[in-house]
Amino acid sequence: MSAYKNSVCFNEARRVAIFGGTHGNEMSGVTLVNLWVKNSAEIQRKGVETKPFIANPKAVEKCTRYVDTDLNRAFSPENLSAPGGDDLPYEVQRAQEINRIFGPKGSPEAYDVIFDLHNTTSNMGCTLILESSKDHFNLQMMNYIKKAITPASCLVLLNEHPLLKYSTSRSVAKHPVGLEVGPQPQGVLRSNIFEAMRVILKHALDFIELFNEGMEFPPCTVEVFWVSERIDYPRDANGNIIAMVHPNLQDCDWEPLNPGDPMFQTFDGKTIHYQGSGTVYPTFINEAAYYEKQQAFVTTRRETLVASAIRKA
Amino acid sequence: MEVDKVVCLPRLSRVAVCGGTHGNELSGVYLVRELLKEEKKAMEEEEEEEKPVSVVLVLSNPWAIQQCRRYVKTDLNRCFTHASLNGPLSDSAPYELIRSKELNTLLGPKGSPEAVDLVCDLHNTTANMGLCLIAYSDCDWICLHTFKHLQASTSNIPMRYIHFDVPKEESYSLDSVGKHGFAMEIGPQPHGVVRSNIYTAMKFGVQHMLDWVRFFNSGTIIEGGFVDVFTMVKHIDYPRDSETHNIIAAIHPQLQDRDFCLLHPEDPLFQTFSGETLRYKGKEPLYPFFINECAYYEKGIALSLARKRRVMIPAIRVQTEQEQQASEQGFGSEEEE
Repeated sequence: MSAYKNSVCFNEARRVAIFGGTHGNEMSGVTLVNLWVKNSAEIQRKGVETKPFIANPKAVEKCTRYVDTDLNRAFSPENLSAPGGDDLPYEVQRAQEINRIFGPKGSPEAYDVIFDLHNTTSNMGCTLILESSKDHFNLQMMNYIKKAITPASCLVLLNEHPLLKYSTSRSVAKHPVGLEVGPQPQGVLRSNIFEAMRVILKHALDFIELFNEGMEFPPCTVEVFWVSERIDYPRDANGNIIAMVHPNLQDCDWEPLNPGDPMFQTFDGKTIHYQGSGTVYPTFINEAAYYEKQQAFVTTRRETLVASAIRKA
Repeated sequence: MEVDKVVCLPRLSRVAVCGGTHGNELSGVYLVRELLKEEKKAMEEEEEEEKPVSVVLVLSNPWAIQQCRRYVKTDLNRCFTHASLNGPLSDSAPYELIRSKELNTLLGPKGSPEAVDLVCDLHNTTANMGLCLIAYSDCDWICLHTFKHLQASTSNIPMRYIHFDVPKEESYSLDSVGKHGFAMEIGPQPHGVVRSNIYTAMKFGVQHMLDWVRFFNSGTIIEGGFVDVFTMVKHIDYPRDSETHNIIAAIHPQLQDRDFCLLHPEDPLFQTFSGETLRYKGKEPLYPFFINECAYYEKGIALSLARKRRVMIPAIRVQTEQEQQASEQGFGSEEEE
């Protein structure tokens, strides 16, 4: 019986997947998954089937983000049900295959948890990415991880924005968890980044094991950075970038950006200032992959979410 | 070499500044684009006065730039050997081989009197190398004096001169097309990213390089001195799985980002994924650089190692017109010992 009123019950998380190489040039996840495919001892937990999986093998082979289209944007309902087989872009075919193996998305047969491993060129440190402010299971997991790695820090980014939210590979699962660690150049494996990701996953799997064994997690609060707005680079009439992230903003992910603060620097040295109405917390600052997505950084606002107590059903 | 002897060298009339030889090394791409805009503006405003040096601005690999990739079919910066440039061009020749011949026509031909006087080829690296000039020679006084001038002009970014001891006949990179040439390599910067501090450093480097060329052309005697030169000795690859050839260790955290910090025998080199430290087994302490350069994984290079030595460089000045004519008629040699 629960010790808490309003405790939420979830089924045991029996089937868990760890995706590496959703983007083929984000090396920590590719390396970890390859390691665990060979020897999965480190990721075994009692009562859990944990499957390491290379999401985009063709992109991994070419050490490129994607071959035809971004896999991590490909899991829309339209794509998942599109006919056309071999004529479809590679990543759409792959999304359908992943949906067959780990989904179907939205159904009771879908995997319980998918951890999706990513790197970024931004100075984001360790970041957990949440897709729903109402997923109490995930909120409790993230709270557990944050406490476990103290004094090291791991922040939570929540992307529930109706326009900016996108259809990720992990969204096939009931509880999708994104793990983004940076800064690391694409195609490069940095030892410290690799180890940080490994430690986060260890705690995440520990949480699942404890939950499955019957531990009840009391209500808690989780500070999240809630995605507000995407800010593009200033461009000329032909769409060419005409300014860079300002040296004062570069590498300052999660630090407050106030109206009037320097934001961009033109190639001839002029400063462009942030014109918003209030203080925001920028992140994904100068992520290489986002130049083509018209994004220099995203702004977030700090919120505290309350997670109900949870226990297994 | 007598210390007070002044070496006379031909005028540097044409300088090429090349960006995007690797399409995802963005400082050079953006800098050349900006310089092209400025040049266009200057022409529109009809600033027609005689320039002491003519600057050719080139975006070397447009297709790779468009896709923001290092290369499309093959690394352009390995396509400038005499064999590649003079060999036949088949129908199925890779894009970069076709392009290297075009660039050789534009800036060369390599080895001929028509070649541009100086090629400055702009690059970025993911390694923590600061600003490096990379050249095939440790006695090309133009390259060494350019470096000395750059180094004296700022302390904002660490600067080194790297010497690849490759014989001229075997030179393979774009900068070998000019009579003199070097790569200007600045890091750390991820590929596909423009960092404002790195862009500013490259802009500074190119501006001061051109300033020095004008200064040299003006006829002043430029004092000699010394330059610390890092001569490449060898590369070290990652440890790899014998079957899959996948890497089985990463650059050790104590080596990561420590380019040009002396590496001693038994210092940590790699950390395996099971946490074991692999150490440097060489007998000689050497200087590491290109530590964890992304593009070198496929070339089998985790880091490169160099020896450092001090090179004395003579005073130089530009040849007068008579000296230039005399030398062209074969009475003098172009470069003095």
